[in-house]
Amino acid sequence: MTALTATDLQHAVEDAAAHLYVWALKDIPQDLRDALAAARERETSPTGRRVLETIHRNVAVADDERNLVCQDTGIAVYHATVGEHFPLHPARIYEALRAGTARATIEHPLRSNAVHTITRERTGPNIGYRLPIVHWEFVADGDALDLKCVPKGSGSENMSFLKMCVPADGVKGVKQFVLESVVGAGGKPCPPGIVGVGIGGSADYAMHLAKEAIMRPVGTRNPDPVVARLEDELYELLNETGIGPMGLGGDVTVLQVHVEHADTHMTLNPVAVNYQCWAARRASARIDADGATHYDRDA
Amino acid sequence: MTTTHELTFPVHDAAEILKLRAGDEVVVQGHVIGIRDRTQTRIFDDGREPPIDLSGALLLHTAPNVRKLDDGSYEKICIGTTTSARMARFTEPLGRRYGVRAICGKGGFPDECIDTMRDLGMVYLAVVGGAAALETTQIEAIEEVAWEDLMPECLWKFRVRDFGPLIVGIDAHGGSLYRDVQERARRKLEELHARL
Repeated sequence: MTALTATDLQHAVEDAAAHLYVWALKDIPQDLRDALAAARERETSPTGRRVLETIHRNVAVADDERNLVCQDTGIAVYHATVGEHFPLHPARIYEALRAGTARATIEHPLRSNAVHTITRERTGPNIGYRLPIVHWEFVADGDALDLKCVPKGSGSENMSFLKMCVPADGVKGVKQFVLESVVGAGGKPCPPGIVGVGIGGSADYAMHLAKEAIMRPVGTRNPDPVVARLEDELYELLNETGIGPMGLGGDVTVLQVHVEHADTHMTLNPVAVNYQCWAARRASARIDADGATHYDRDA
Repeated sequence: MTTTHELTFPVHDAAEILKLRAGDEVVVQGHVIGIRDRTQTRIFDDGREPPIDLSGALLLHTAPNVRKLDDGSYEKICIGTTTSARMARFTEPLGRRYGVRAICGKGGFPDECIDTMRDLGMVYLAVVGGAAALETTQIEAIEEVAWEDLMPECLWKFRVRDFGPLIVGIDAHGGSLYRDVQERARRKLEELHARL
């Protein structure tokens, strides 16, 4: 057996990125399917039920026709967890993610959404300056790369909000802001979805954490019990607002609330909200040091 | 019990639109015109006349995934609906100047569109956002594409069959589900805040 070169490994990462992007767009994860089915069961508003039944039909049609669940191919966001001994430098990993995103867009073909932020001119096939976006994590000891692709639609991304609460606002201020944000968003982010909340850290890091929160499998809980209780409480409160499926009224406004936190400065109390639509697309893979790729539907 | 209507667009009889009440369900036949942010800034901000007739039309807020074929026509890949609120300001001139009768999108229009739609005899039809795989099966053909340089935000003419279900979000009588839902939610928020 010939030794795996860095170029081979880079190709393996590129292949994984290309596959994950399309897979995520077509085949939503089981935990999300289960959450949508449960929502359909408990919704009592006729309009809300009709919306949730249509969502169910749509997911079935996407499966049968191997089509995209939603037309918005989003901005490609990846989460890359790089093991200390994974033999490909992150600079090359980024090249591979970029190449994989572009390749998937051209080969499928997928709608390209990437434009220059001022001129609005098209840049590349879902790539551009600083696109795709990668959340990096580096772990000691491991020799694999864990990759997750979360194509993020604009309808929900436009419903992102940041508030620098003051410490005296306490966690009550955090809850109020999340409630106001979700009610204000109404039907625009395609509810019922996942409300990602980032608290603590700094302004930019709170929003980063809110995005991390929407990447988690639906219904997972923050390992810190204090934060997990906040997730439960926000979930209950938000589902009392009556916004309902697609903002047309009903019992199910959110499928889940995920909160990620960081410790912060004694005079900071940031809260960021990043909404994820019901079509919370997500697909993952582990790439071993030898280039072997294991796709994972549940990560 | 929900009332369900079947409408074939374009609609030239104002009475057809007046039958619809907020909360009713609609299924659409005939033709739907696809339009988006950039299409509408070209019409209204750049002052270019749309090359496809909009009178009596149902507009759909969309930017589809398509494949261009060798003969210059377009094959559908995945066609879905985008958030309408970004395009609310075009409602009045679309109705007044071009005679548009209905706008289909997702997420709704803000309250300032309610009076406009009542005065001009227009309705807002809510599609289930994100349900694009299903929507694609209801689009029989892409019959015309204008302003290809705006791809994918061109002006599209689709022929549809059993397009829906759509929910009347804003009717031509001053009714809006979005306003009603928001008003109830705001009252609920006061109660929830007191409990925090």
